[in-house]
Amino acid sequence: MIVLAAGSYGLKALGVSTLGAVVERRLGALVSLLPAVLFSALIAVMTFETAGVLVIDARVVGVGVGALAVWRRAPLLVVVIAAMSVTAALRLFT
Amino acid sequence: MAEPPTANMGPTGDGVRRARRRDCLVVSLAVGLIGVTFGVFAEAAGFDLPRILVMSALVFTGASQFAAVGVIDDGGTGGAAVGSALLLATRNALYGPVVRKMLPDPVLPRLAAAHLVIDETAAMAVAQPDRRAGWDAFWFTGVTLWICWNLGSLAGAALGAVLSTPETWGLDAAFPAIFVALLATHVRTPAGLVAAVLAAAVALGAVPFTAAGVPILLAVSAVIPALYVRRRWPGASGNLLDGEDSLGGEGGGRP
Repeated sequence: MIVLAAGSYGLKALGVSTLGAVVERRLGALVSLLPAVLFSALIAVMTFETAGVLVIDARVVGVGVGALAVWRRAPLLVVVIAAMSVTAALRLFT
Repeated sequence: MAEPPTANMGPTGDGVRRARRRDCLVVSLAVGLIGVTFGVFAEAAGFDLPRILVMSALVFTGASQFAAVGVIDDGGTGGAAVGSALLLATRNALYGPVVRKMLPDPVLPRLAAAHLVIDETAAMAVAQPDRRAGWDAFWFTGVTLWICWNLGSLAGAALGAVLSTPETWGLDAAFPAIFVALLATHVRTPAGLVAAVLAAAVALGAVPFTAAGVPILLAVSAVIPALYVRRRWPGASGNLLDGEDSLGGEGGGRP
């Protein structure tokens, strides 16, 4: 936790220091792609993984409905409620 | 596209400032709601209240916090959690050069302001017509967002403790859905789309063979083909701050 707090502050401070411009020139393209990579990997694992095994369950349908809501540009709260309620309902009735 | 500072935005009148701060506050309140989901998520992943609050106050960069907690929730090690969180936090270092010229000169305020350099503050600051307005949007968004984020985390942690069985409520589907929302702005370029698709494939392929948390780190390798795609088909300018087209133009003129 301390490492994470110190590290994330350090990166912010690095950016506003004069070194920031150098970092951006050298690594800008790579760093701007990191969110796409990390979010997508997290989505995949959180949607399909249970205790080290890939499974397809109610969660997958819920996340799919959530993604549909994102695609339709629904607010985050709607996305979350849609994903949760579909998953919970499926579990209730299966 | 880069719009020249327009005449009607020139004088920073009270009305203009009020409208600007209202926009900033809307952003902060929305992030406060995400803070609630973060609190629920962290609580469900087994984080206790003090740790959730310290994390939100000191780490203060939402995507990284979600990533760290997500890896822990999947049973990953602390090292894997910190690794993926810090990789995401490198984004904040890139906002530095963009907001740097708006920050105050003295060292202490500057160091304090550095803590507030995140997606939302950078986006709000750069959307303003001039440096003074930019600084006003930056600190006002930063301070209100910090407060909302922490109050939200607190409320979420408390709420999470009440929902004793997260699966019954479908909470395990809510978290990836939140990441889908976070991902949406990053897959609008060909390179971003390639990066996302390959990362998901690599991560899923690695799940049966590696310890928890490792698939996420392995997925970072997807940036290599994505960088190739970006060089080959530059497409739209790499928009670091989602959808803020004016930023691309502004960035080009940087020394």
